[in-house]
Amino acid sequence: MAIDQKTPTDVHPIDFEEDVIQRRPLTTQTGMGGHEPRMIGGILANDDNIVFTTVNQIISWARSRSPWPLGYGLACCAIEMMASAASHHDLARFGAEVFRSSPRQADVMIVAGTVTHKMAPRLRRLYEQMPEPKWVIAMGNCASSGGEFWDSYATLQGVDTVVPVDVYVPGCPPRPEALTEGVLRLREKIFKGG
Amino acid sequence: MDAAGIPLPVIESDEGLETEELILNMGPQHPSTHGVLRLVLKLQGEKVIECLPVMGYLHRGIEKIFEWRTFHQGIRYADQADYVSNMLQEHCYAGAMEAIGNIDIPRRAEYIRVIVDEMSRCASHLVWLGTYGLDVGATTPMLYCFRDREEILDMFEELCGSRMNFNYFRPGGVLYDFPPGMLAKLERFLDRFEDHIAHDYVELFETNEIFLERTIGVGGIPGAIATQYGLTGPILRASGVDWDLRKDRPYSIYPELASFQSVTAVEGDAYARYKVRLGELRRSVAIIRECIANIPGGAVRARLGHVWKCPKGEAYYTVEGAKGEVGIYMISSGGSATNPFRAKMRGPSFNNLQILPWLLQGRLVADVVAILGSIDIVLGDVDR
Repeated sequence: MAIDQKTPTDVHPIDFEEDVIQRRPLTTQTGMGGHEPRMIGGILANDDNIVFTTVNQIISWARSRSPWPLGYGLACCAIEMMASAASHHDLARFGAEVFRSSPRQADVMIVAGTVTHKMAPRLRRLYEQMPEPKWVIAMGNCASSGGEFWDSYATLQGVDTVVPVDVYVPGCPPRPEALTEGVLRLREKIFKGG
Repeated sequence: MDAAGIPLPVIESDEGLETEELILNMGPQHPSTHGVLRLVLKLQGEKVIECLPVMGYLHRGIEKIFEWRTFHQGIRYADQADYVSNMLQEHCYAGAMEAIGNIDIPRRAEYIRVIVDEMSRCASHLVWLGTYGLDVGATTPMLYCFRDREEILDMFEELCGSRMNFNYFRPGGVLYDFPPGMLAKLERFLDRFEDHIAHDYVELFETNEIFLERTIGVGGIPGAIATQYGLTGPILRASGVDWDLRKDRPYSIYPELASFQSVTAVEGDAYARYKVRLGELRRSVAIIRECIANIPGGAVRARLGHVWKCPKGEAYYTVEGAKGEVGIYMISSGGSATNPFRAKMRGPSFNNLQILPWLLQGRLVADVVAILGSIDIVLGDVDR
């Protein structure tokens, strides 16, 4: 196929179409001709491999593609979090499998489990040790709202009383698919610059 | 120098070099503490001279919540204590109610209970095997272990609608019968699983030089010390003490099963504990096979009427859990009371953790994780 006969989908400098988890249409084509610049996810692109965009947009695109979580297992949900990262569910497909042991290397904190009053100050400190930009996923009912320990004398009624939460994943514990969905929603949010 | 200007004690190390004592804080957020355990280690050079476990970071007040919930609702909270082997905890809670109420359980329900118990034990040991591999520096075993665990959880989901925290046991039986075709599916899984144990796990662990170096002779517990500390479960049987509640305090249909034998080892080190747990996986497969072959028909739940209230009385019921003796001491005040007056839970992880300071004395810092992992604690069970 000659170069000038390429179909429009062949010439995107950044191949969003390859992205298996594309949840909303990223491509908004303004012209069907092969040589006219098009808008791709807010990025202006043409055939000569030149991309016009803003720094913010390209940075948030890059950030959204590999949010490294903090390995922060608290209770039951931690087992499902491990299962998400293990062979069957394989969170690595979405770039979020690198569980960091140190908060200083992590982008997103997955609060997996019940947060007790004794643990809450430590959670806050770990959150403060994470470098900006940082996000929080509250995994499970306990971390989201207290869950079935709603009347316990020892637990925090939702982790959002201590740190700001971006995505809530309900379930007791949430299935690995649910956590994956949560990570995808977080990616959307990061991509939008949130 | 500490804050008040008083010099700290200077201790001579083995090499004749003077070193100060170093207090090292490990946890509560640490990848190898299996949850939120905190260890305060007092070090002299590379050696641990004192270890102080700090617990309570996952204390959720489950025992108090038992008193606020009805008897049936309590089953759901018993799940949460040891969240890696949920079915065994439920069995204990339901068994305590049945012991107070003198309920006869249908034969089919007993077989179903034993099958799901042993499946849950397999799931728990698989999590331990995978995470222990991570502790001693091997990433691959976890991927293999979770492959088999996923299959077990899929069957649990088919059975009771949830992958964890099942809420499946009831006083007088279980909630549902097996769905059609599940036993055949289970048998096919057991064939694969046996093959995986014989090849994948044995080859991954026992031919791994690093794993052998880090476990053989590490964290040895003599049998006498193990009984003095009140250890139960695989950690006790690895020290040569043949104590298994399934035969020593028989419950359910275990006395009738020909395929059940307790698995023991004599060395008492971390490698022996690995061998015992691997042997229990094989034993669980044999038990499930025998139960599938002999499972009778009939009801899966005793008829207790629409509203069952626990009569007055108290009972202590024990189940051999994946980590040791799971026990619930339940007091029911009878009459119109819908809640237990008190339900005390004995968690095996809590009692097994007590030996950790003894075990770590004089050991190298590098062995701390290998020894802690070999005890197999779950913090939900330690703190409750």
